[in-house]
Amino acid sequence: MAEKFVGKSVKRTEDPRLIQGLAHYVDDIKLPDTLHAVFLRSIYPHARIKKIDTSAAVKLPGVVAVYTGKDISQKIGAVPCGASIPEMKVPDHRVLATSKVYWVGHPVAVVIAENKYIGRDAVDLINVDYEELPPVLDEEKAADPKSPVIHEQFGSNVAYKMTAGEGDIEAALKSADKIVKQKILHRRLAPIAMEPRGVQARYYPGEQELTLWSSSQIPHLARTQLSLMLGMPENKLRFIAPEVGGGFGSKLNVYAEEAIVGYASMQLGRPVKWIEGRRENIQGTIHGRGQAGYIEIGCKKDGTITGFRYNVFADMGSYFQLLTPAIPTLTGLMLSGCYKIPAIQMNVTACFTNKMSTDAYRGAGRPEATYVIERAMDLVALELGMDAVEVRRKNFPAPFGGDQPFKTATGLFYDSGNYQGALDKALKMADYTKLRDEQKRARSEGRLLGIGVSTYVEICAMGPSPAMAAGGWESATVRIEPTCKVTILTGASPHGQGQETSFSQIAADELGLQVNDVTVIHGDTAVVQYGIGTFGSRGTAVGGTAVYMSLQKLKEKAKKMAAHLLGVDASTVTFADGKFTTKDGKSVTIQEVALGAHLAKNIPPDMEPGLSATSFFEPKNFTFPFGTHIAVVEIDNETGEIHFRRYIAVDDCGKVINPLLVHGQVHGGIVQSLGQALYEEVVYDDQGQLVSGSLMDYAVPKAAQVPWFELDSTETPSPVNPLGVKGVGEAGSIGATPAIVAAVVDAMAPYGIKHLDMPIKPESIWRIIAKKKAGAA
Amino acid sequence: MKKISVTVNGTTHQSEIEPRLLLVHYLRDVLNLTGTHVGCETSLCGACTVLVDGQAVKSCTMLAAQADGSTVTTIEGLAQSGELHPIQQGFWEHHGLQCGYCTPGMIMASAQILQRNPDPSEEEIRHGLEGNLCRCTGYQHIVQSVQCAAKKMKSKSVAR
Repeated sequence: MAEKFVGKSVKRTEDPRLIQGLAHYVDDIKLPDTLHAVFLRSIYPHARIKKIDTSAAVKLPGVVAVYTGKDISQKIGAVPCGASIPEMKVPDHRVLATSKVYWVGHPVAVVIAENKYIGRDAVDLINVDYEELPPVLDEEKAADPKSPVIHEQFGSNVAYKMTAGEGDIEAALKSADKIVKQKILHRRLAPIAMEPRGVQARYYPGEQELTLWSSSQIPHLARTQLSLMLGMPENKLRFIAPEVGGGFGSKLNVYAEEAIVGYASMQLGRPVKWIEGRRENIQGTIHGRGQAGYIEIGCKKDGTITGFRYNVFADMGSYFQLLTPAIPTLTGLMLSGCYKIPAIQMNVTACFTNKMSTDAYRGAGRPEATYVIERAMDLVALELGMDAVEVRRKNFPAPFGGDQPFKTATGLFYDSGNYQGALDKALKMADYTKLRDEQKRARSEGRLLGIGVSTYVEICAMGPSPAMAAGGWESATVRIEPTCKVTILTGASPHGQGQETSFSQIAADELGLQVNDVTVIHGDTAVVQYGIGTFGSRGTAVGGTAVYMSLQKLKEKAKKMAAHLLGVDASTVTFADGKFTTKDGKSVTIQEVALGAHLAKNIPPDMEPGLSATSFFEPKNFTFPFGTHIAVVEIDNETGEIHFRRYIAVDDCGKVINPLLVHGQVHGGIVQSLGQALYEEVVYDDQGQLVSGSLMDYAVPKAAQVPWFELDSTETPSPVNPLGVKGVGEAGSIGATPAIVAAVVDAMAPYGIKHLDMPIKPESIWRIIAKKKAGAA
Repeated sequence: MKKISVTVNGTTHQSEIEPRLLLVHYLRDVLNLTGTHVGCETSLCGACTVLVDGQAVKSCTMLAAQADGSTVTTIEGLAQSGELHPIQQGFWEHHGLQCGYCTPGMIMASAQILQRNPDPSEEEIRHGLEGNLCRCTGYQHIVQSVQCAAKKMKSKSVAR
């Protein structure tokens, strides 16, 4: 029997280059004669540009060009928004500011210089005369008719209003025994991929071709959009996403800098490079979240939920990036959580503010949904004096799957689920009853021990094309080369997820080969057929399925070829362990078939030479992974510091190709959740200045702030794709936040606390404790 | 311009540089050793960590001129005659990296941790890595990678 790889913790094939410093991220690609771009960015959140004086910068030796908005903003197309919502207002987003600046970090001018040091010097020599305008900073106040208006042509800051959901919400809330209300904030977060953005451009005037290397999650979609922005034929633009150092949604976008660097290279006839600094990254790369919402949940005395309403103000920032206005709609889709809720309504008021655009950050609208419904379930439990676990169990649907999906009042059909299974397993791991006893003891000793439970479901494997902005399918070409080495060209664009390994595992198993017989190529539009990219936990569930489909086609063709060589009918040939065998035991190897198909001296008359197949997988539905996370914290009642005692997660992402990769995804996601719950927040002060503009002030979790995670899983295959996989890229970032916040709130129950807004810092805990102490004294 | 002499991964380089040139840019742009990454330019993320005279240093906030006469080890200098360093092996075996951008810095910082303490506890490893940020792994696999490396290095030194 040939060794099987799917389901095993295979070491990653991408690692040797990465652990030796031999990989090539954008800034590691060195072209002779390269010029460097440095941007001048607005220091005001809202101001009119009266005058820009670039004369001193232009004169600095080593400066090749300086462009302002006046010079180029009409020569390059607008920064695109791919999302569309009825009656939404779309501001004209030019690549450089023209008459007004709209946020701190808004690009105003760009210097192209012989090196980055000279470029930085030159930027300091540009003089901009601004007339300051009052900034609009709060997404809720922005909607007020008395607020200053950012885009004057619209007459207000409301980008769109939208209502979603099904069922009679008024009747549902009226039929409730109790209604619980709460205001809930989702602060702005910065994705902070460790590799900031970066672009390198090289124009070939003879061929009239432009190559752009850019740290991107969506090379093909970016190429289409950038060719439109630059006014060049799409097939003359080659977009390469080389090694990409993390994305988390921040590189699921098309940015002004990509177009400007390409434009400069075409104008100047030399390669041009721009590498984003971290301060620029926090100012000018998209932010996530940014919602202020009001929940209303109705329940019966026994805990049955009757209806759920979420009225939310969504912070768009000043412009739309690629998917900005679509993010709150994803929140609306997932408001049912993993519960039977007969009526759900979401009312969105999306507002412009003088801040960087929000867009997809790991989870993209779904963490907000999970957070509000999970907070709501906890508040219902408190209101009814029930255990948080029992309220959840009361509202779970019975396990479902196969051809029996679960329909929600948000219009979705969940593919398969067994929420009880994951919950039971997690409770057992935590020894929940014992934990609650321990909590009682702790409280009697004056210690603050809290337990938080989150039962989540997420929407993944994005997705069916009718529901997506730009197609939701994925592509794969699989080639078996003459020497029987396998090349996979995937339209997905992995940037840390490890699909070079997991796709190789799938191919090795299907063909009876070894993992290292397979190479996976991605990210280069001149090499790979059109694809959609990596986001929305789709890489394996959609991209992997396309690989699997191509492998089936190849096996079919190879079998025909083998039957021809063996002189029998193809229907009598079986394929196993890399060998095609007849009923009477004669066989040829896949290596012989691969060579024969390429030499083509003796192939069936109706067969084309070669051994290559391309597939495009269009998923019929999304997938819905789920699980239970349990956080146990203890709070120091002197300092307010929050210490993790335990963290337990049981995730169900369907079939698992490589458990090592799945654990990695879950760990990383939980820590991003933990950051959101306890540390991270993009802070603009009341003047609109970004005060969390470096990693000193923006608190990405560190190794010592993170507990040991106890993980397990259940496996409920998805019926949506033949691999049965669901996706796991965002599970941790969706499931963990509510568990951590619930644990802290639970720990603070002796102080009468029912809800706390994120990030819950020791300071806010300390203030609650200090206030109580002062009151008692 | 300033003349400097720096020994990097065993090779001595004589260079004339701008006095304000950062060490990380010297390594990456002058010597073309691009394994050392820049993640924040403010000493906070640790992606640029290298060893200068055996000490882990954030090369984004040290001038190349300050390294004059020093011996520098970067990620490219860790594997010896084609064999991965035990820390590199540990990171590979325990999936201590995803996007790989923080990895060279993590590995160099881990080298310092293990140099000072060949048998660190989980807590000591986490504390030792506080100057290095990873946004992908959640750190648990990194902790396991360093524990694994410690074991490998111990058994190697016993074998000697």
